[in-house]
Amino acid sequence: MFLTLLPEITLVVLAFVVLTTDLALDRQSRAFLPYLTAAGMLLAVIFTIVFALPGDKPQLIFGGMLRHDWLTFVFRLVFLFGALATVLFSAGWERVARRGEYYVLIITSTLGMMLMGASADLVMLFLAIETTSIPLYILAGFITEDDKSTESGFKYLLFGAMTTAIMLYGFSMLYGFSGSTNLYWIAGALMSGELPFISMMGTVILVMAGFAFKVSMVPFHFWAPDVYEGSPTPIAGFLSTASKAAGFAVIIRVLLTAFPLEAFGGVDWTMMMAIAAALTMSVGNLIALAQTNIKRLLAYSSVAHAGYILMGIAAASELGGLSVVFYIIVYLVTNLAAFGVVAVAERTLGSNDLEAYDGLSRRSPALALVLLISLLSLAGVPPMGGFIAKVLVFAAAVEANMVWLAVVGILNAIVGLYYYLIVLKRVYLFRSEEEDKPVPIPRPSAVALTVCLIAILVFGTIIAPWFDYSGIAAGALF
Amino acid sequence: MGLNVFAEEIPYLLIITLLPIVAGALLLALPNRHKLIYNVALGVATVTLLLTVLVFLGFDINGDQYQFADEYTWLPQFGISLKFAVDGISTPLVLLTGIVMFTGVIISQRIDDRPREFFAFMFILASGVFGVFVSLDLFMLFFFYEIAVFPMYLLIAIWGWKETREYAAMKLTLYLFIGSVVALIGALAMYFTSGLNTFDMVDLAAANFSTEFQNLWFPFVFLGFAVLGGIWPFHNWSPDGHVAAPTAVSMFHAGVLMKLGAFAALRVGIMLLPEGAHTHMWWVILLALVNVVYGAFIAMRQNDFKYVIGFSSVSHMGLVVMGFATLNQNGFIGASVQMFSHGVMTALFFAVVGMVYDQAHTRQIPELGGVGKYMKIPTLAFIIGGLVSMGMPGFSGFVAEFPIFMGVWQAYPWIAIVAVISIVLTASYIIRIVSKVFFGETPAEIADHLHDVTRSEKLALGVLAFFLVGLGVFPGMMVPMFAEGVRQIAPLIGLGGF
Repeated sequence: MFLTLLPEITLVVLAFVVLTTDLALDRQSRAFLPYLTAAGMLLAVIFTIVFALPGDKPQLIFGGMLRHDWLTFVFRLVFLFGALATVLFSAGWERVARRGEYYVLIITSTLGMMLMGASADLVMLFLAIETTSIPLYILAGFITEDDKSTESGFKYLLFGAMTTAIMLYGFSMLYGFSGSTNLYWIAGALMSGELPFISMMGTVILVMAGFAFKVSMVPFHFWAPDVYEGSPTPIAGFLSTASKAAGFAVIIRVLLTAFPLEAFGGVDWTMMMAIAAALTMSVGNLIALAQTNIKRLLAYSSVAHAGYILMGIAAASELGGLSVVFYIIVYLVTNLAAFGVVAVAERTLGSNDLEAYDGLSRRSPALALVLLISLLSLAGVPPMGGFIAKVLVFAAAVEANMVWLAVVGILNAIVGLYYYLIVLKRVYLFRSEEEDKPVPIPRPSAVALTVCLIAILVFGTIIAPWFDYSGIAAGALF
Repeated sequence: MGLNVFAEEIPYLLIITLLPIVAGALLLALPNRHKLIYNVALGVATVTLLLTVLVFLGFDINGDQYQFADEYTWLPQFGISLKFAVDGISTPLVLLTGIVMFTGVIISQRIDDRPREFFAFMFILASGVFGVFVSLDLFMLFFFYEIAVFPMYLLIAIWGWKETREYAAMKLTLYLFIGSVVALIGALAMYFTSGLNTFDMVDLAAANFSTEFQNLWFPFVFLGFAVLGGIWPFHNWSPDGHVAAPTAVSMFHAGVLMKLGAFAALRVGIMLLPEGAHTHMWWVILLALVNVVYGAFIAMRQNDFKYVIGFSSVSHMGLVVMGFATLNQNGFIGASVQMFSHGVMTALFFAVVGMVYDQAHTRQIPELGGVGKYMKIPTLAFIIGGLVSMGMPGFSGFVAEFPIFMGVWQAYPWIAIVAVISIVLTASYIIRIVSKVFFGETPAEIADHLHDVTRSEKLALGVLAFFLVGLGVFPGMMVPMFAEGVRQIAPLIGLGGF
């Protein structure tokens, strides 16, 4: 039981180590902190794989607070990878590179996410969500001398607090209905068939409010563009990938285990999720068309991607679950790469306006190539991972007899392609007066970008193993 | 023919498909020095061409339906495998792609803006095209199809004609993307409805989909692909795309990519949903008729040399779709030959257009004249292409169009009567170009710029012209292969006989 929590324990220790080292070092040698953090996280990855491998049977640990299964395992790696890449991007981002507390916050937040992915109990779930969110509020507002960053942190906090309150209300009703806080117990109570449909559906909606906020599902997406725009760029990447993945980990676990479809007669939450998916991707994509700031554009694009992922959830099938996990894995590396490029480019370009990206391919062919591949992957073009991920969620929708949803998805994919191409057009086609000024890539960022790039291509070409892992992870839910 | 020099274990099709994309990725890693890049690209293209020639010569028309078969598991959980094989219809198309790739590289010798990226994207495109022609797995077909579509955007947007390239590239990409994803949904529906848990097209063809299912999905799948074949009213992207694209990309685009659409519409639409095809073909042939006649009319009216060729492609691709829509063997054979013949012919046209434009810096027909005095070989090549285009006996166009009109006559006589008007129209616009552009007085403004083309460009034109004349004089070099390919799929689709 101790070993199964070893990765989390590693992170706690790491947080203290970073905090104390930060105090002991002078300003110059603090440049070493991100590498210390990265090394610690790498250690946690290794511990996850070596010591915390789940067995054939899922087990409930710590008095039913956590569930140790393949879903937990896969999401742990997802969060750790996201955090690792974020730390490396931060190392090259001067305004935060040497701030010890910055890394401590990232570590704490990652810890929270890992617990979110494993929670099997409402109390634990709530604690994990808060452990994740509070450091993120601070991180979003971390650049205190920048008004936009402060605004973004505050906005994030207000939205977060509001939706969390609603969610907590839902939790309390769940407890009232079932007399238990354990998700698996709750499922049993709902299955008894004594609860009226309206109260079950109402509870789903209340609970979903909190989760929807985390994944920026329409209509809880309003915070995303402002927060992404203002927060430090590596953190924007972190919010849009790991934090979102944590939200989805919770959504699939809670919806599929605590609200089994059999408990609802006929009309259940799948239709609601399908509509939410259609709205989320359409709103995200359509508003993204009008953006002139790349961080805002990526923010709306990440709203749209939440919509695609929700398609898989709406299917509520094994293929659906699998497609969600696969999509999240691919989306993680892809969006990290995209935000990584933005973080690197921002240092030299001094701006996040799309106009600043004119002629980037002449200033840094490598950076332009990474952006090309990550945006194409987001658009769903083979041989990038995004293509397979999209096909899988579409397939899940078609299999679940929701052809209309797949058609909405297609239309959205085309809109998406359009605005990604607009960015690429600037990068490859437009000229700028500063073409002769190269854009240097800091070494840690280069490492992270290379890993992401390779991952995008590998997910798109050698699919079978990842497909299997996603299947096993999603299988833990059924 | 069937040469026996082939070691069974060499996976020719796999190499042909992957060589360009791998070479493209490696090119990106080389320093951006023009000569080095060009030589590497030419080497790769030559090797690819030789391999495609080997496959063409090695295809045994008395042998199995699918040859050079290779299978590698890719995603067995989902029933996807890399299953490569060629049949009598796709073998010549693979050769066509090899030819166009080779000549396209030669024609692109003068690209000096970021040649590394240019050739890399072009090779990725080529891999996608090869992949579609040789895939027997529906999913892989899509996979390669999308790979083929995307690089077009960058190739046109970056290296294209400054006036319209951004607009044309975006239009083309969005049109093709819409078409392909619509077809993709159809493919997913087939996959789940069949219940076979496989994307293998040979298995899916035997899945016996219900008539309602076929009638429902055939239009989506067929039109989704036929968009790339330039079918009216979704042809609009194509002339714009042709004109905006740099020469080699126009060659690729009109020469091979449009065949990709027609071929995929045949493979996925007609072969997997034959009953749907029988239900819907009456209106498809009407659309194709509009393509053929209307495309030719518009081509007549153009003042821009390249737009003439662009709309002539729309018209000629209409003949391909029309041939398929007859649902009899004559039509199918003609359509298949037309795919090859038109591919080579239009590549030649665009190559010549590119040469003229490079020197004269204008494509407006009234501003051109007497070009033939300076460029003898391109003029000769263009005239050969023109004769092919008109369907003159002794050239490949005749071998292609005659069976198509025969097939149409068998199926819908009055459509054949209307469609043959296009031959007259074609003759008129071709003759107009030949007389106005290549003969007559040379306007003073362009006379100073004109000079002969380089030896390697002549070689490229020679290769293209060789196939046009060769196939016309000796149809036996390719037609029996097409005929055998069609004969083998005939029972599946329920094609009418000769």
